Amino acid sequence: MANLRATHINPDKFDKSQIKFFAILIPVAVFMVLPILFIVFHAFKPIDELFAFPPRFFTSRPTLDNFKRLFSATTTSNVPVSRYIFNSLLSTLFSVLFTLWITASAGYVLSKKRFKGKNMLFNINTLALMFVPVAVSIPRFLVIVKLGLIDNFLAHILPILAMPVGLFLVKQFIDQVPDSLIEAAKIDGASDYYILVKIIIPLIKPALSTVAILAFQTSWNNLEASSMFINDETLKTFAFYMNTLASTTGNTVAGQGMAAAASLIMFLPNLILFIILQSRVMNTMMYSGLK
Amino acid sequence: MKIKQRFIHKYSHWVLLSPYIILFCLFILIPVVGAIILSFSYFNAVQPPEFIGLNNYISLLTQDTVFMQKVLPNTIKYALIVGPGGYILSFIFAWMLAQIPKLPRTIIAILIYLPSMTTGVMMSVIWSIIFSGNQLGYLNSFLIGIGLITEPIQWLQSPQYLMTIVIIVSLWSSMGVGFLAMLAGVLNVNQELYDAAYIDGVSNRFQEIIYVTIPSMRPQMLFGAVMAIVNTFTTSGLGVALSGSNPTPQYAAQLIVNHIEDYGFIRYEMGYAAAASVVLLIIVWIASRVSWNLFGEKE
Repeated sequence: MANLRATHINPDKFDKSQIKFFAILIPVAVFMVLPILFIVFHAFKPIDELFAFPPRFFTSRPTLDNFKRLFSATTTSNVPVSRYIFNSLLSTLFSVLFTLWITASAGYVLSKKRFKGKNMLFNINTLALMFVPVAVSIPRFLVIVKLGLIDNFLAHILPILAMPVGLFLVKQFIDQVPDSLIEAAKIDGASDYYILVKIIIPLIKPALSTVAILAFQTSWNNLEASSMFINDETLKTFAFYMNTLASTTGNTVAGQGMAAAASLIMFLPNLILFIILQSRVMNTMMYSGLK
Repeated sequence: MKIKQRFIHKYSHWVLLSPYIILFCLFILIPVVGAIILSFSYFNAVQPPEFIGLNNYISLLTQDTVFMQKVLPNTIKYALIVGPGGYILSFIFAWMLAQIPKLPRTIIAILIYLPSMTTGVMMSVIWSIIFSGNQLGYLNSFLIGIGLITEPIQWLQSPQYLMTIVIIVSLWSSMGVGFLAMLAGVLNVNQELYDAAYIDGVSNRFQEIIYVTIPSMRPQMLFGAVMAIVNTFTTSGLGVALSGSNPTPQYAAQLIVNHIEDYGFIRYEMGYAAAASVVLLIIVWIASRVSWNLFGEKE
């Protein structure tokens, strides 16, 4: 019967019939990845190669000059780059941890508990999947002012903790944890908190990994807080520094080398995290359906 | 103490939900409601807001020539190309990837997903070097090299190219979470359905996609559509980042997001900017209703 179909989903081995897909997918992948490779090569070019005419794609004599200049450069207010990186690391760490805890606990309740208003809450969250933060940056700014978070390190963390997409994915994932497991624990006298920490969280690691990646990206790349809520240079993050660098020196060729080096530093953690966790992400995505 | 403990266990669901709900209200719900309220007022960030009714909307739709002639058409054009375009591409790539073995599939999927991890800043660094306006720019150098042009083109400062470049870059970075969801969706379609469909008279791949694949992965298609909408409007500030100025040269790539920033943070007409925000939220909402009607479950 299997010979009927034209389509073979998830084949085990290479077959001649797959050549046409490879013929399209490989050029697409190359097109997607070229600009990124280009930044990698650009970051390691010495000055004379940055100026080379005609410009060359590959680096022939790789050097760390751009990184050295990036780290020795200080902003007008004399804040060293390491300080920005430290701020980024700290705010990202807390953002990811808190997001995971908040999403896991809310996801558990929305998935397994019965109470009034549950469906309404989930529907509101589903509607909020469409939320575009840029659209309401002004009232968001006013909320931060009213909360007294201007120039407070928490401004990096609090605004990005509620992640509708994260809650949605986690809730969908918990839906397929068998109810009997939870009921058994309840009969043994376990409280909700115990069930969450000891049973649910270990079982939903794939979904939590996915949320961790998304939260990491949001926080690590977050510009909004540094540029709008924080005036104190020493509390700003690397993403912000990178942005000023790109806009002030991006027009000079030497600046381009530095900007490329900074881009690489911004990008690598995202990449490494994703590669490590990609199978878990794919596992989570199976339950990402919206009905 | 006893009472407190009993409360914590009886209402444990509210205790566990409260952090999310509080943060959600503070940074998502209140800003949206706030934008709606502000849009009916004159507010310059210094004096308290002053109620002026529908005036902001009236001037936005009748007196703001930039908005009606440039921003709105640009936004609609951009959204129609990048939204559905990126979405259809995501599906095609996901469907093709599902038909090759696991190892190459994983590698290519990662490569296709990579650009969506680059942010506004990194994107503008990469593409401003590639599209650099002097002969050191990669594209210029390449085109001069093959003899298509004789002198470098100021890509990012020319109104006729900027919008196209913004669209290309947005499409390049649009294969994100939605794409991964669709890939998982295609891989999870029940294989026996295909056999059944052939017995029922489906005869080629195209019919397979229309009658089996898409209906079976409807939930993922909807999730992907929602993600495509969000991505479309979040990356829409790109024109300003690439050209380095707001407004963009001759408003060529001015989209609603840039218009909001222009009025809100450059001219401090917060009420007016809020009215533009509300228009944007309405556009996003309409787009999501359309996708819900296409892929949602019929009640």
